[in-house]
Amino acid sequence: MCETCGCSVPDQNHPTPADTHTVEVLRGLMDANDHAAGHNREHFNRTGTLVINLMSSPGSGKTQLLEHTARLVKDRINIAVIEGDLETENDAERLRKQGVRAHQIATGSACHLDAHLVHRALHDFPLEVDGQITDILFIENVGNLVCPAAFDLGQHVNVVLLSTTEGDDKPAKYPVMFRAADLVVISKSDLLPYMDDFKVERAEQALRGLGVETPVLRTAAGRQEDIASWIEWLDGQLTKHRQQQQVA
Amino acid sequence: MHELSVCEALLAQVRATATANGADGVGRITVRLGPLSGVEPDLLAQAFTIARNGPMTAEASLHIETQPIRLRCRDCGNENEAEANRLLCKACGSYRTDLISGDELLLARVELHGVSRHPTNSTDSEQQERPDHV
Repeated sequence: MCETCGCSVPDQNHPTPADTHTVEVLRGLMDANDHAAGHNREHFNRTGTLVINLMSSPGSGKTQLLEHTARLVKDRINIAVIEGDLETENDAERLRKQGVRAHQIATGSACHLDAHLVHRALHDFPLEVDGQITDILFIENVGNLVCPAAFDLGQHVNVVLLSTTEGDDKPAKYPVMFRAADLVVISKSDLLPYMDDFKVERAEQALRGLGVETPVLRTAAGRQEDIASWIEWLDGQLTKHRQQQQVA
Repeated sequence: MHELSVCEALLAQVRATATANGADGVGRITVRLGPLSGVEPDLLAQAFTIARNGPMTAEASLHIETQPIRLRCRDCGNENEAEANRLLCKACGSYRTDLISGDELLLARVELHGVSRHPTNSTDSEQQERPDHV
């Protein structure tokens, strides 16, 4: 079959009209998204807001981690959340109950957030309210370990959650997502004694197999609440971000 | 399945290229794709058959050039090919490696129709010899 137009004439015999030319383009397919992401990043940098893109499978505890984070830091760090889900306002509501500003993006059938969706959300969700500047904006992406990895939103940091109720070989199964991570959080770590098949060491080994030096830390935002190492990491990131902003 | 979004972005670029060159149609579209781009070639090809229906690209075809994953080791300097989930140096086993290729997601080239400076004599084009693909 002809590869040019799919007709039944063998490819080498297929005539090409004289007015056909091939032009070299060599442009990234994500250029339009990346351009919008750059625009978002400029917007974030104007208020000096640190933006963290939170990604994981559905149900690995992103919202719960944010609820507990809000409870612990909201008196000293001004945080806000953009939620991405296919439907419902539920997650944004959960965060508002913690006294945090939250905006829900309902993606409909889209399995990921993209820079344009975030851009549009920012029109309704300012980073400065009553003279108060948002220190950290969390973007909780749609629960999905595949698609969100391909779309830059303008964030400064990517955090990927891996819960102990999943397989510890997830980094090997979803290399694109885990390679994009600046931090991997092993969530629901209080369940480790009951999860015989999940070994943190094996998860770390699978992550190293991707040729990355990404740090790994554990959180338990459930009953045995312990997210101290995460809060410490957040504080460190915020300090680092502010220093970088001053230099820039 | 984000391949449909990626495909729509691809076709937007293709149409922009065609318009910029004064073309009236698009033939073969060549895309360069690495396994670490997060885009599956088969799904992109499938999405293409849906997304191409629109101005200028209804008759277009998609050709995907898959790129190998290649690494350079920061410890021993060795360069080697690798699997998507085993990005370690094959010489010394180090995980301190840099990706040289394998995450490409590029529109490489587009075949444009109707860009001739003498567009009047296209009726007997079947008599013309087919030039090699660039």
